[in-house]
Amino acid sequence: MKGKGTSDTVSVVDGDGNQCCWWWWLVHKGTTTTFLIVGLFALLVRAAVSLHPYSGFANPPKFGDYEAQRHWMEITINLPIQEWYRNSTSNDLSYWGLDYPPLTAYQSFIHGLFLRFVHPESVSLFTSRGHESYLGKLLMRWTVLSSDLLILFPAVLYFVIVRYGQPSRSRKSDIGWHIAMLLLNPCLILIDHGHFQYNCISLGFTIGAVAGVLSGKDLVACVLYCLALNHKQMSAYFAPAFFSHLLGKCLRRKHPLLEVSKLGFYVLGTFAALWWPYLYSKDSILEVLSRLAPFERGIFEDYVANFWCASSIIIKWKRLFTPESLRLLSLIATVITCLPSMIQQIKSPSNRGFLYGMLNCSFAFYLFSFQVHEKSILLPLLPASLLAMEEPFIFKWFMQFAMLSMFPLICRDGLVVPYFALLALFILIFDAPGQQRVKEGNYLYNYLGATTVRLVLFCYFILHIVYLTVNPPEKYPFLFEAIIMNVCFSQFVLVTLGCNIKQWVLNKPTKLEVDKKFI
Amino acid sequence: MGKQKLSSKGVQNSGCTKATLWWFYLVAACIKVLLFPSYRSTDFEVHRNWLAVTHSLPLSQWYFDETSPWTLDYPPFFAHFEHFLSMFAHLIDPKIVHLQEGLNYSANTVVYFQRGTVILSDLCLLYGVYRLTRNLDSRKQKLIWLSAIWSPMLFIVDHVHFQYNGFLIGILLISLSYLEEGRDLLGGFFFAVLLCLKHLFAVAAPVYFVYLLRHYCRGGIGRGFTRLLIMGGMVAAVFAAAFGPFFHLGQIQQVIQRLFPFGRGLCHAYWAPNFWVFYIMSDKGLAFILRRLGFNVQTPTATFTAGLVGDSSPFSVLPQVTPLVTFMMVLLALSPCLLKAWKDPKPQMISRWVAYAYTCGFLFGWHVHEKASLHFVIPLAIVAVQTLEDAKHYFLLSIVSCYSLFPLLFEAQEYPIKVLLLLLHSILMWSGFSAQFPDGAETARAPTGHHTEKKVDQRKSNGGFVIGWIERMYLIGLVIVEIWGQFLHPLLLGDKLAFAPLMLISIYCALGIMYSWIWQLTFIAKSP
Repeated sequence: MKGKGTSDTVSVVDGDGNQCCWWWWLVHKGTTTTFLIVGLFALLVRAAVSLHPYSGFANPPKFGDYEAQRHWMEITINLPIQEWYRNSTSNDLSYWGLDYPPLTAYQSFIHGLFLRFVHPESVSLFTSRGHESYLGKLLMRWTVLSSDLLILFPAVLYFVIVRYGQPSRSRKSDIGWHIAMLLLNPCLILIDHGHFQYNCISLGFTIGAVAGVLSGKDLVACVLYCLALNHKQMSAYFAPAFFSHLLGKCLRRKHPLLEVSKLGFYVLGTFAALWWPYLYSKDSILEVLSRLAPFERGIFEDYVANFWCASSIIIKWKRLFTPESLRLLSLIATVITCLPSMIQQIKSPSNRGFLYGMLNCSFAFYLFSFQVHEKSILLPLLPASLLAMEEPFIFKWFMQFAMLSMFPLICRDGLVVPYFALLALFILIFDAPGQQRVKEGNYLYNYLGATTVRLVLFCYFILHIVYLTVNPPEKYPFLFEAIIMNVCFSQFVLVTLGCNIKQWVLNKPTKLEVDKKFI
Repeated sequence: MGKQKLSSKGVQNSGCTKATLWWFYLVAACIKVLLFPSYRSTDFEVHRNWLAVTHSLPLSQWYFDETSPWTLDYPPFFAHFEHFLSMFAHLIDPKIVHLQEGLNYSANTVVYFQRGTVILSDLCLLYGVYRLTRNLDSRKQKLIWLSAIWSPMLFIVDHVHFQYNGFLIGILLISLSYLEEGRDLLGGFFFAVLLCLKHLFAVAAPVYFVYLLRHYCRGGIGRGFTRLLIMGGMVAAVFAAAFGPFFHLGQIQQVIQRLFPFGRGLCHAYWAPNFWVFYIMSDKGLAFILRRLGFNVQTPTATFTAGLVGDSSPFSVLPQVTPLVTFMMVLLALSPCLLKAWKDPKPQMISRWVAYAYTCGFLFGWHVHEKASLHFVIPLAIVAVQTLEDAKHYFLLSIVSCYSLFPLLFEAQEYPIKVLLLLLHSILMWSGFSAQFPDGAETARAPTGHHTEKKVDQRKSNGGFVIGWIERMYLIGLVIVEIWGQFLHPLLLGDKLAFAPLMLISIYCALGIMYSWIWQLTFIAKSP
């Protein structure tokens, strides 16, 4: 063995200067290469998940989200832009009518062009309803993959570069870990590449906006956040956080009014550009707006781990109140729960406090607002994953229960196998060997205690097995769903309570400098 | 102080080595589970049929059953392995092991069960890799695990296409690990078991024979002869356990016929990238030139893939190739290695020699499958971290041989998966090797002992893991071949010459494998 001796000495030298480098083979080249490797792995996982069935697979007449997305492509490429949101003979809004803001429509249009180029039958007007084919599925899956690659991945890279800058050697593997946590979010992968949606686009823009805020480029942040908002109106869950943080920042500058109006100008400009085709008359704007606000639906659908659904076991909200009063009630509840973190951010805006504020505001919306889907848990999950380095335990705990809260949906979609594979992969990578992260006493962990944590985890796995194998009693066909949702709700409340307190405790005004050092 | 830290780290390492290895395995297993619904070749039905055959029929009919066209053509131990699996299959879904009703059964139960067994049988590979690497330093260990346990080729062949190569190569690695430790008897035992699982591994038998004869049976005539008897007896016992029952039933001829179907042609339907690709191409080229020159050259009626039909040769100009010729060529190519093993049977070299033997078998063998490149790429992964030259060679070889497997997954659905697997592997290897052999601090050829550490540290311009310009051009060519085959060819030529892209891949990859063969040959010849 010629080279053996020398290579040994080299590794000794390296090992001496770099104790923690279990991950040296992954991270030694710098952030971009690490990102490339983790990104390729994340893409591989996504491509593998996309082999599995989508929502509403072979399930006529309404199918599922996959058919909705395909139908929007069909509508947008075949009808003039003014008719996209209008009920007409060629656009039956009761069959998966477009109910997302214009950016989603434009995205459908671009993807529709691609589908029409390769496989015209899959997006032809009328005749393609319920179209399902090998090639059709493949092309649709590839549109999600490419959206992910083009929007979420660069946004994550941007965020990581802004957040960590030029890291010291010992931090490198931490960064690799955080990139993996951001890119291998099992909930997001399951919903986008399994169930079939394009959350990666709006969440990607949001991450970009967060990176803009963290790097002090507030105008970039504004534009990116407006894009997110115009792709999915659910991004409004983050609006209070963005608003209060940016307002708080502006108030501290020399000319607060000028700064605020500058931001307002950029927001209005972005909106105007995106809504341009509908700005010709008031009616057409209202037409689109009415599609975006699903007030005619109930306060919750199916089973969601939020306050209304969890408490409906005791209080039958839907029977006791009219939809109008429920709407008002939910609005008040949401605003009240948002307020603490908003006030904190206006009083003393800080980068770290902003991320906590995002988490708390989006949680407030998820737990208390009107018409929440189980998939909306992705929104609070995003700031939690951005905070993964500060709050590893909270993040893991939250992720596990977020997965559980989607489990009934996943079962309906026939995605149980990827569900467990992704959950296992997440836990494996979260607890990857060779990390130096000190498992410091976390408040949630301390509050619950080690025994309770284990007990809850045990119940967690039992619940999965019970849900899969046991038939519910005939009297209560949704017994297990209700139990799952209540368990998840209780944990979510714990998480957000803790994060609210943390936001207030951590960020005294003097913390700003400390923050800067940290970030 | 540094040393103290190191030693404490060392203690820690030995404790968590197993945990880390498990981590690698489990991460891979998650991806494999995600690949459950992917494309599966007829090999899937082949193995399902074997489950049914071994479960529903007595031993005496295993090699006679013809209910399905996919008859049992692996040696008896593999049939026993299938029999063992079929007991669980029966518990999960009796239809899987039903001889007639189970034909082309494709419910989720059978897919999950069979794919699950492949993942579990990979534990064998895990153990083999563990045995071979447990005494290395932790950096080398991780590099080897990266390339062996996360081998993209195993993903493609075993977990998408469907086969049990991980399990079989695991046994080969266990055997090699015993040989490297000097426990020759166990090494021989596991190799004999391996031969009774899949006889294609017999290509390395000459190397094993020479090595064991010279290494195990040394130390005087008396002692040597006793040891020869012990080894011979043990191997005979293994073979008796496998083939004995069939010998007893008088079916040995039928078994042999099933195992060696020489009725197949020189090449597989898709030409494996080996020497015969060049032979066929030069035959075509010569015929073309001769015809242009006015000679009357007959177009052959037989094809390369269909076997020896009658006496007609598939070649127009060059002489006919028979199984015997290929056999002689493999032996000839092996001879330098055998000579080395005879002169100085060193345990550290055995992995290389065995890998070299499989390379020869792949290049010159009869009816070689492209999948057979696994047999030498995985063992070479074990030695890839030893020197910089090894690393460079392995980097190129693993990419080329993985790429040569691309035609196995021809459906559009798996296209991103195979490309991502290969890209991920190449960038991981590149990143890992360049960390293992940092620039300037290391030169492979620097003689040890003469230099102190500081002298080695002196910057040398071409010290680190840098890929030479020829290799770089070759890899760029690989990308061009892929782009041509996938996009440009269908666009420009349409359906004309539909076989050309595949042929191009064969020829191009054959160049890479030939290079690897020559590299291995010179390495073995040069080794002291």
